[in-house]
Amino acid sequence: MVLSRRGLIAAAATAPVLMRASDALAQGVAPRRGGTLQMMLTPEPPVLQIGVNQQGPTLAAAPKMFQGLLTFSKTLEPMPVLAKSWTISPDGKEYIFRLQENVKFHDGQPFTADDVVFSIMKFHMELAPRARAIFQLIETCEATDPHTVRIVLKQPFQPFLLMFDATAAAIVPKHLFDGRDYRTAPAVQRPVGTGPFKFTEWQRGNFVRMDRFEDYWKPGQPYLDTIIYRIIPDSQSRRLALESGQVMLSQASDIEPFDIPALRQRPNLEVSTDGWQYYSPLSWIELNHRVAPLNDARVRRAMSMAIDRNFIINRLWFGVGKPATNPVASTTRFHDANAKIAAFNVRAANELLDAAGFPRNAQGVRFTLKHIPLPYGEIWTRLSEYLRQAMRQIGIAFELESTDAGSWARRVGNWEYETTINFVYQFGDPTLGVERTYVSTNIQRVTFTNTGGYSNPQVDALFQQARNAAAAADRQRAFSEVQKILVEDVPQIWLTELAFPTIHDKKLHGVITTGLGVHKSFDDVFIAG
Amino acid sequence: MELSRLPGFLLRRGVKAVIVILAIVVCNFLLIHAAPGDPASVIAGQSGAADERFLAQLREQFGLDRPFHVQLWIYLKGVLTLDLGFSHRQQQPVWGLISERLPATLLLTGAAFAFAVVAGVTLGTLAARRVGSWSDSIITVIALTFYATPLFWVGLMLVLFFSVWLEWLPSFGMGTVGVELHGIDAVLDVGKHLLLPAATLGLFYLAVYARLTRATMLEVADQDFVKTARAKGVPEGQVVRRHVLRNALLPVITFAGIQAGQLIGGSILVETVFAWPGIGRLAFDALLARDYAVLLGVFFCTSVMVVGFNLLTDLLYAVVDPRVEVEG
Repeated sequence: MVLSRRGLIAAAATAPVLMRASDALAQGVAPRRGGTLQMMLTPEPPVLQIGVNQQGPTLAAAPKMFQGLLTFSKTLEPMPVLAKSWTISPDGKEYIFRLQENVKFHDGQPFTADDVVFSIMKFHMELAPRARAIFQLIETCEATDPHTVRIVLKQPFQPFLLMFDATAAAIVPKHLFDGRDYRTAPAVQRPVGTGPFKFTEWQRGNFVRMDRFEDYWKPGQPYLDTIIYRIIPDSQSRRLALESGQVMLSQASDIEPFDIPALRQRPNLEVSTDGWQYYSPLSWIELNHRVAPLNDARVRRAMSMAIDRNFIINRLWFGVGKPATNPVASTTRFHDANAKIAAFNVRAANELLDAAGFPRNAQGVRFTLKHIPLPYGEIWTRLSEYLRQAMRQIGIAFELESTDAGSWARRVGNWEYETTINFVYQFGDPTLGVERTYVSTNIQRVTFTNTGGYSNPQVDALFQQARNAAAAADRQRAFSEVQKILVEDVPQIWLTELAFPTIHDKKLHGVITTGLGVHKSFDDVFIAG
Repeated sequence: MELSRLPGFLLRRGVKAVIVILAIVVCNFLLIHAAPGDPASVIAGQSGAADERFLAQLREQFGLDRPFHVQLWIYLKGVLTLDLGFSHRQQQPVWGLISERLPATLLLTGAAFAFAVVAGVTLGTLAARRVGSWSDSIITVIALTFYATPLFWVGLMLVLFFSVWLEWLPSFGMGTVGVELHGIDAVLDVGKHLLLPAATLGLFYLAVYARLTRATMLEVADQDFVKTARAKGVPEGQVVRRHVLRNALLPVITFAGIQAGQLIGGSILVETVFAWPGIGRLAFDALLARDYAVLLGVFFCTSVMVVGFNLLTDLLYAVVDPRVEVEG
């Protein structure tokens, strides 16, 4: 499948429609028109206008209505969407995108290169921090004709294409946003995109409904008539809804990991953890380096060695995901399998702490650390409880402090914590999703920056080198080097390469075909008869 | 009750109510802003990427960059003109968000309330009339069981039984989505979805009413006027209805008044378990997201309800028991 996919992608640049058809044929089931797909959205997002909101549920639901220029395969190769082909100049600075013709927005207006330029240079530049950080490298972005966009960068930036998926830079209609306050424009409440499904109704707290867009640009697609996202706040109720067939698909954190073994037994359900390659979320114990003795690399290394990551995967996550081996997830580009953190070894960890001068007191405790479990569901509390046990084995007392999402974000953002749990998306490339946690130039009072305060000039220099290099080989050298340093220094204690289960009725076909899994447009998803 | 005294009573109580509600609004405002975290940091914490400009933009948009007393003053001015503000997080006026969810909650809690009062008082009366018998024991045990069992657990068990095993009733939501239903079909559809959550919520209160009614009826049944009624030959059914029950109802009304005040805030757990799109969930989500305006709006509506039903309860006392007089 992987081999043939590469071949297909090459062909796809000229004939994307053919590729989708052959994908479906490859599964041996002919696509069928019609049907309503009911699934779940957890938690309910505040608005569905991507860009204005970038939370997980929005990123999953909005791409049914909005599209990007590209999307990405499971091996993170670019695949055409609104851009039917593209070229990159040899110096890596000029990108030319040729756009699909005859594409319409849901309000009937044609999609043109002006919408692309507006979306990149104004909409996302103004609203989205992640896009802003990358798009500021753009020197010029212009529509050379109604269906061609030319972008010139100030410097070569190899991961640039990764920013053109719908979840990173969705194309929005210029005519509905230009000259308005993007956050309060009426279109935010009734999203209008080029995607296969158009927004119909949102009863807050109840459901979001999208219907087939008749003028969708891919002939014959989408197959489904309607997509309905149900809002079901309780995780056990979600499990029951899936088991009883009231919904056909669960995604992301809809289902708690401890419910997965039972669902695997159901003959009508398929459980998959594929389709997270683009995000490759990595979880870790987030350490605040300003708190002694967490500024001591020997302490951090000992803590890392005291954790049995196989236990976490097998006993807490029931086999979903895999143990982390270094700061770059194995599904992210430039992961170096040779750079590995020290293996699980409680005795060696204890010896390391003894040698570092942290003796145990009468109760067997060397020192106490406060720990805030991640407030995103039961599973994270269980993880923290395991970690408290693991740390006790090496004489470190973890004091758990429960909190809610608001306090967690505030305290991590303000550096008011000692240890907590965090997980971060890598977006396919270490420059996009890994660098930000370790370079000293990104120490900010905001979540998902280098909140831990780790600072190492060598690491800074290597990430900079990898960022600026135009050739993949040069970047690999710098990334391999930095991974070697980081696994020795252990600035954060990596735990697992997270995966989220996508569980769906076996009648549903074509759910996971790309590296973005359920975050795709669903134009090729169908319910077999 | 003399009707001539009613307008004065209502006026005095109305003025008091407004003062109480305003005090509640100010307290709520202070309390909510004392909670750590603000809506901007919550959004940043859930967006996967953020920078300082992003936070600053959000805070400016939400009006959080203004001095605290200015924020309070703006909010108070809004409340006085019945404008509950704007949820910047959801980009919608707060009143719109609340009124969209209010019918669902009123339907759920109203149904549960009616069920609990009617069934509870009936069961309590039955138990009191045959005190010590096996039917009294069964009613008492059932009431105690539901009183002591956590709501969400009762809900999950009902779902397991009626939705998963028997497949009679849907386990969540307020109606079938994606199908056009009209007239009687639509009503039946909502009714089917309403049954389990209303029963879950109602069972707890049913237990309270049954126990309360039983206890007060037994107390009243020993009083002299009941003995007198029996002695002069009033039929037993009439003794129970006109003499015992009527006098025993006062504590029940007191409790019902308190419960009615909680009609819009008291069903968060049930709304969560059954994915009922009501106001309790709205408040809970707003709390987690630090959506101040929405949360304050829900609190405001709740406090108006509580104050309103207290007033109503006081009036009802006078109707049920003519010896009670309305007083400001």
